[in-house]
Amino acid sequence: MEWTEWCEQLLTLAQDGTVLSFWEKLNKDFYQAFVQEARWKMYVEGMGNTLKVAVLALVLGFLLGLVVAAVRTFHDQRREEKTGVFLNILNILCKIYTTVIRGTPMMVQLLIMAFVIFKSSRNLVGIAALSFGINSGAYVAEIIRGGLMSVDTGQMEAGRSLGLNYLQTMWYIIIPQAIKNILPALGNELITLLKETSIVTAIGLRDLTKAAQLVTGKTYGGFMALFGVALIYLAMVMVLTWLVNRLERRLRNSER
Amino acid sequence: MNGKQNEVLIQVRGLEKHFKGGEIKALNGVTAEIKRGEVVVVIGPSGSGKSTFLRCLNLLEHPTGGSITFDGVDLTNPKVNIDVHRQKMGMVFQHFNLFPHMTILDNMTLAPMKVLKKNREESERKAMQLLDRVGLAGRAAAYPGQLSGGQKQRIAIVRALCMEPEVMLFDEPTSALDPEMVGEVLEVMRDLAGEGMTMVVVTHEMGFAREVGSRVIFMDGGVIVEENSPAELFGNPSSDRLKSFLAKVL
Ligand SMILES: Nc1ncnc2c1ncn2[C@@H]1O[C@H](COP(=O)(O)OP(=O)(O)OP(=O)(O)O)[C@@H](O)[C@H]1O
Ligand SMILES: [Mg+2]
Repeated sequence: MEWTEWCEQLLTLAQDGTVLSFWEKLNKDFYQAFVQEARWKMYVEGMGNTLKVAVLALVLGFLLGLVVAAVRTFHDQRREEKTGVFLNILNILCKIYTTVIRGTPMMVQLLIMAFVIFKSSRNLVGIAALSFGINSGAYVAEIIRGGLMSVDTGQMEAGRSLGLNYLQTMWYIIIPQAIKNILPALGNELITLLKETSIVTAIGLRDLTKAAQLVTGKTYGGFMALFGVALIYLAMVMVLTWLVNRLERRLRNSER
Repeated sequence: MNGKQNEVLIQVRGLEKHFKGGEIKALNGVTAEIKRGEVVVVIGPSGSGKSTFLRCLNLLEHPTGGSITFDGVDLTNPKVNIDVHRQKMGMVFQHFNLFPHMTILDNMTLAPMKVLKKNREESERKAMQLLDRVGLAGRAAAYPGQLSGGQKQRIAIVRALCMEPEVMLFDEPTSALDPEMVGEVLEVMRDLAGEGMTMVVVTHEMGFAREVGSRVIFMDGGVIVEENSPAELFGNPSSDRLKSFLAKVL
């Protein structure tokens, strides 16, 4: 007898009130959560949305963070009397952005985006990616700024004393050294994003977590679906962690 | 090294540098001149403003008052493009400040290629010549992390020389070195002085000051207290502050 048929039988038995053995129940639950009515497709779709939101958010967050970090660093490294009004205003805007974003809950930001700013839009993936991207940008900015500041000030002085200008020194000397700290931190940011995106269920986006909720609703409970997605998240995070660690080791070894 | 010996290269007038909005007065009106071919040694107790003075010369610190004229150009004029003049002023730091992510050769050719727009071949030829002179030609492909402190500092000196500067500024070049490595660095500096390079050297090496210096400046409290030939300054100090300083260090 095929496994699916057996599970269908178990399902009927259970509905009739037969008490199943632990093993039988396990098989039945697994069947219900993942196989019946091709439910696995819901997880695949959910995982696709989760990954889309996380990756798009990281790209957007990186671009935003880069601009903010550039403004903040450039401003701080200029002599006071030379900064100029324009740069000062930009710097203040960047400071407000990081303060507000880092000082309010992600959930609140997401709800404001979905139900206030874009309340008529149905592009939930877009809204989620935008919210998370804007949120991530504030953290990425600090990662990049911290990475640049972690390079010894003597490096900038040595570059400038050789006649290289500010941008040349940044490009050839500071940034290559800062990247060693920045890239692994960005990898960790992606891991954080991947997990945090599970709150997009609040705006009705069918991500991986939502898939579990929907299945749980259809099958009247059961732990299988939730445990299943937990396992999928864990697997994704472990793969990413492995990649980040490899990258970190690579970068460390390049400094002999 | 060039035919214009004894011409004033750097003229410093009434130099002031205050930190934290005037709270810390590192320099309080320093006037000095540095002639071509001279080796000026700056000595003084910790915190007397020696480094600040040196770092003002190439505007790593921006003076809060006074003026610095280099090769006839007032560097404190805001319109001056300081990068152009820094090319001609080599600087050697206490902690070497080599670029750890680049090979020794790349450390040396970066500025000639990016600033002077020389091609790689020419820059590398010049770098290899200089490496050969300090006995480190074999380490061209090494990374700074693979070198000893003394080797690093010798590289730092020749890295600056790759730009063919008109003056070399040294800020305690041997203070971070193990004692057995001090000699090899001082020897390179001595050779450089022998070739007629204009040098301003902040150091605690009184032997070097006495032997190589054409003039010694004693600083304390952000001013020049005494200035003389090494023989006079060490043999016949006039101020009490210099006397007590020498009593401590000699
Ligand atoms: N960036 C800075 N910010 C604030 N104060 C500073 C800064 N740089 C130097 N100072 C202060 O200026 C004074 C002179 O410092 P400087 O480094 O020039 O002394 P120095 O003679 O080189 O001493 P040392 O022999 O210890 O190197 C000190 O009181 C120092 O604390
Ligand atoms: Mg000093």
